[in-house]
Amino acid sequence: MIRVQLPQHLRTLAKVQGEVQLEVSPPVTQRSVLDALEARYPMLKGTIRDHVTQQRRAFMRFFACQEDLSLESPDSPLPESVVNGKEPFLVIGAIAGG
Amino acid sequence: MSKVRVLVGTRKGAFILTSDGKRENWEIAGPHFAGWEMYHLKGSPVDPNRIYASQSSGWSGQVIQRSSDGGKTWETPGGGVQTGPGGFPMGESNKFVYDSSPDTGKALTTHQWYDGTQHPWEFKRVWHLEPSLTDPDTVYAGVEDAALFRSTNGGQTWEELSGLRGHGTGPKWQPGAGGMCLHTIILDPANSGRIYIAISAAGAFRTDDGGKTWKPINRGLRSQFIPDPNAEVGHCVHHVAMNPKRPNVLFMQKHWDVMRSDDAGESWHEVSGNLPTDFGFVVDIHAHEPETVYVVPIKSDSEHYVHEGKLRVYRSRTGGNEWEPLTKGLPQSNCYVNVLRDAMAIDSLDKCGVYFGTTGGQVYASADAGDSWNPIVRDLPAVLSVEVQTLP
Repeated sequence: MIRVQLPQHLRTLAKVQGEVQLEVSPPVTQRSVLDALEARYPMLKGTIRDHVTQQRRAFMRFFACQEDLSLESPDSPLPESVVNGKEPFLVIGAIAGG
Repeated sequence: MSKVRVLVGTRKGAFILTSDGKRENWEIAGPHFAGWEMYHLKGSPVDPNRIYASQSSGWSGQVIQRSSDGGKTWETPGGGVQTGPGGFPMGESNKFVYDSSPDTGKALTTHQWYDGTQHPWEFKRVWHLEPSLTDPDTVYAGVEDAALFRSTNGGQTWEELSGLRGHGTGPKWQPGAGGMCLHTIILDPANSGRIYIAISAAGAFRTDDGGKTWKPINRGLRSQFIPDPNAEVGHCVHHVAMNPKRPNVLFMQKHWDVMRSDDAGESWHEVSGNLPTDFGFVVDIHAHEPETVYVVPIKSDSEHYVHEGKLRVYRSRTGGNEWEPLTKGLPQSNCYVNVLRDAMAIDSLDKCGVYFGTTGGQVYASADAGDSWNPIVRDLPAVLSVEVQTLP
């Protein structure tokens, strides 16, 4: 089970509290996790990555295991600790805007 | 007794203000969508409990929200109505994708950038939502970068009316200081095929065939800040208003100049008259007197606040040129707020109520067509839009 933590505004939009838990078929990557997230919560489409290009929105970041994975390929495997559910995959709203 | 419901969009959420027909005592609900920029909320004239809202943020982009109970509860269209496997909500309400079809898209892909070069269209946000006059599930969206979209399924999916960008002048459009936004959508109640829109900075446009083909309607506009002051397009139109009872007459607040058209936009003439400054954003028209017009003069385009530190609505009862300041109940010293282009609305009671919101977070109401004013609320986030619904 993949654990995903969303920023507060997106939890409100998706009407969820706390972590989201997702079944994700291997390989577990940014893309497959976000695909599963958007399949369950369609209102999140377009809010984390662009509808068409699927590129990460500029002020959204992806963290896991104390690392910033935002610039990794969306098809790179996520850390084993995320895959086995020990660590969450964090979707973060970047600190921006003063 | 009739009621009014004022829909307020702010930089940090939406608020819904309600009162009975006396418009003296108000209930304030909100913030809805706390922390998000709410550019616009507007109710369907067919079903007043159907309200559409534009919700956006620099982090997460655009979301469309919809209420079916007058703003008490909200949903992303599709969510809560259709459910997929596992009972989860279906639907995505925020997908605005420009038409890039081979027939139209290739010629539509650039507009003028600040430095004069050509720049591709990039969707940023929805500035204005205009529900259909006849169908609560049909709604138009004016977006940045400037284009017009339509949904016929209650906001669930959106399709661009690309004839607007495709009519030929698109490469001459350019962003104003607030971005290249399509901010005004007016549906003609007497002619179902006729729609007016306005873009900053391109000008006003009209379709007579429901959005397939468009033409610029800017003859008579004169803008010193563009190379050809009388150009067909390129004018920074801030807002346009129409009284539904007289749909061929339009009033416009241009960047500078208040303008009037008596022929559905075919030609315009200036009616700024004795205004202390003719820069501004809002313009609106009395519900029952089509020659009574309201504007809020702003000092200048480099000083976006009211003139002389006094918050004054100006009213003309003569269709322009002769204006009187309306000040009773409004601050007349040390006031430096702005009133943005979608932040004024007028109800249809008798006497009609006039409402406007400021960048200082005040929402003012007049229950006597502007003769006197009272703040409904003083300390909201900066107000982006104000709409009012007159309810039975």
